[in-house]
Amino acid sequence: MITVTDARKNYGSFAALDDVSLDIPSGSLTALLGPSGSGKSTLLRSIAGLEGLDSGTVTIEGRDVTNEPPQRRGIGFVFQHYAAFKHMTVRDNVAFGLTIRKRPKAETDKKVDELLEIVGLDGFRNRYPAQLSGGQRQRMALARALAVDPQVLLLDEPFGALDAKVRTDLRQWLRRLHDEVHVTTVLVTHDQEEALDVADRIAVLNKGRIEQVGDPVTLYERPANDFVMGFLGSVAHFGDQLVRPHDIVLERDRATALALDAKVAGSPGVVEAVVERVVPLGFEVRVDLRADSGARFAAQITRRDAADLQLREGETVHARAVGRSSVVEVDPALAI
Amino acid sequence: MTTTSAVRPVATDQQPAAAPPPTTRPDHAPALTVVPRRNPWTWVGVAAVAVLVAMFVNGLATNPGWDWPTFARYFATETVIKALGTTIQLTVLGTVAGFVLGVVLAAMRLSPNAFLRSVAWAYIWAFRSIPLIVQLLFWFNIAYLYQSISFGLPFGPSFGSVATNDLFGALGAAVLGLALHQAAYAAEIIRGGILSVDEGQREAASALGIPRRRQFLRIVLPQAMRSILPNAANEVISLFKGTSIVSVLAIPELFYQVQVIYGRNSRVVPLLLVATVWYIILTTLLSVGQYYVERHFARGSSRTLPPTPLQRLRTRLAAFGTSTSRAAGTTTAGVAR
Ligand SMILES: Nc1ncnc2c1ncn2[C@@H]1O[C@H](COP(=O)(O)OP(=O)(O)O)[C@@H](O)[C@H]1O
Ligand SMILES: [Mg+2]
Repeated sequence: MITVTDARKNYGSFAALDDVSLDIPSGSLTALLGPSGSGKSTLLRSIAGLEGLDSGTVTIEGRDVTNEPPQRRGIGFVFQHYAAFKHMTVRDNVAFGLTIRKRPKAETDKKVDELLEIVGLDGFRNRYPAQLSGGQRQRMALARALAVDPQVLLLDEPFGALDAKVRTDLRQWLRRLHDEVHVTTVLVTHDQEEALDVADRIAVLNKGRIEQVGDPVTLYERPANDFVMGFLGSVAHFGDQLVRPHDIVLERDRATALALDAKVAGSPGVVEAVVERVVPLGFEVRVDLRADSGARFAAQITRRDAADLQLREGETVHARAVGRSSVVEVDPALAI
Repeated sequence: MTTTSAVRPVATDQQPAAAPPPTTRPDHAPALTVVPRRNPWTWVGVAAVAVLVAMFVNGLATNPGWDWPTFARYFATETVIKALGTTIQLTVLGTVAGFVLGVVLAAMRLSPNAFLRSVAWAYIWAFRSIPLIVQLLFWFNIAYLYQSISFGLPFGPSFGSVATNDLFGALGAAVLGLALHQAAYAAEIIRGGILSVDEGQREAASALGIPRRRQFLRIVLPQAMRSILPNAANEVISLFKGTSIVSVLAIPELFYQVQVIYGRNSRVVPLLLVATVWYIILTTLLSVGQYYVERHFARGSSRTLPPTPLQRLRTRLAAFGTSTSRAAGTTTAGVAR
């Protein structure tokens, strides 16, 4: 368990962490999610001891480490920008934490072999980091961090510098790795898809504060506020409410729409809208709409539904919202 | 807010290297050779320089003023070789002492303590401002300022003292002068090298649980060496040549001895040549050493190390071998058709 209590970090008069408190259960994979500049890295680096707090405490597995330097916190850290030791081979990089602790050579070799196999780099032991691809470098960095048997593994946007395909591959690989080694892991990311994909708990940060903590389903379906809702997925302004675009259903016939909408308790009602554009997104189709009021919103429907409706630009449809759980009141400041 | 990730073909790690584009050249067609485009002015330049070089070489060989027989007589005499030894000794001592002091000064300049920082700054400022020759004369005359040097506690009791002139012979003054001068430059080079190592490297080492001092020795310094070495090597070479200035202290190093000899026999030019050729030989040796040492520390900084001159020669020969055999193959194919 990592416990952060009332953590505060100021840069001048600017609060990068504004009294943050957070519990991270042992063995979990927790994501710190938030927009750029929200204080994710600052929070992670404070847990690591790479950044000192102005006030507040950090405990790791019951031990107060607030005033300990990073080397005495029992952590493994992976940076976004490959901090590989450039003058050492892959093998030496991974072994470094152990060699410096003067572990017996046989033990070190065994551990390194094991880790290189886990991260899929056994064929690369004698290469230098410059001779690896970005994805391989980050896997090496992960092996290096795991070599010293850390109590917690801290990852600061580890896949941020990689291209989209490698990034998705690696995050699923990270998930499997975590299921294998069970080390308490904290992953910083600004990508909600990544957080929803790998984490079993997500803490959403905004402007140095935590907005909500929970499992991915709760956060997606019961966001505590507009910010969380907006950050975890796309939203449409529907009437006076925020709705997920895939919770909008389109009907040709107004009477049908009204009848079906009546069954949804507390629904925002039926909105008449003109189809502005139909955008195929692969499995789904995005329909850009303009309501009578002039407000624009988008609905996301399946390809089959779109075909049944035979939507054409300029035609009128009747939209209704389902899936009440994701509907929250619009913050007046955001209302259109 | 869902980011519709742009779909673009991306290379994953394990993807095999792209296959070479299919070449449809029929195998009996002669292979085209790519020739760099030449500018006519290049040829004019080449011709002009070639003429000048030829004139110079011709002059070296035929002008009796060079007096090659005298050069040959003195080139490897015992006096000259001994003097060369002194020159090398001065270079080695000056370099070692200079760089040791340089490391200390660089550490002081990077220290969080403002007092240490200012002292190091002032030292570097002073020693870079004073010409080496002036400094050397100062050290040579140090006995005039301090007749004896005593060993003991600062401002406290003394355990004993030596006459300054015993401690500082001319050679001592020369080494001291060279080292103090060198230290100012070495400090800046070392400091620059250390600053060139990304801060992330140190952070990564901290996160791995490595104590500060070892972070410096095992992570920062080896990487700093990459930018320190080329500059340091240049410093060693210029110090090596700079030892000739020490002749003002009447130390029997190479340049001084050569001057002594031509003072006796008035054959100035051939004897200057003796010194010149030795300076060139040793500088060349230093440059070769520099190449290999730099190559060693470049490990990991680029995807492939540049080949050594020997390796380059070997690939040249190999390429020559295959190109001739391919040419032979083409001919037979042509004949067969
Ligand atoms: N060393 C620093 N000096 C001044 N401001 C900083 C420093 N480090 C971070 N900040 C500020 O603190 C805020 C949070 O930064 P960070 O934790 O890196 O954000 P994130 O990782 O969520 O993108 C940012 O606004 C950033 O500009
Ligand atoms: Mg960050």
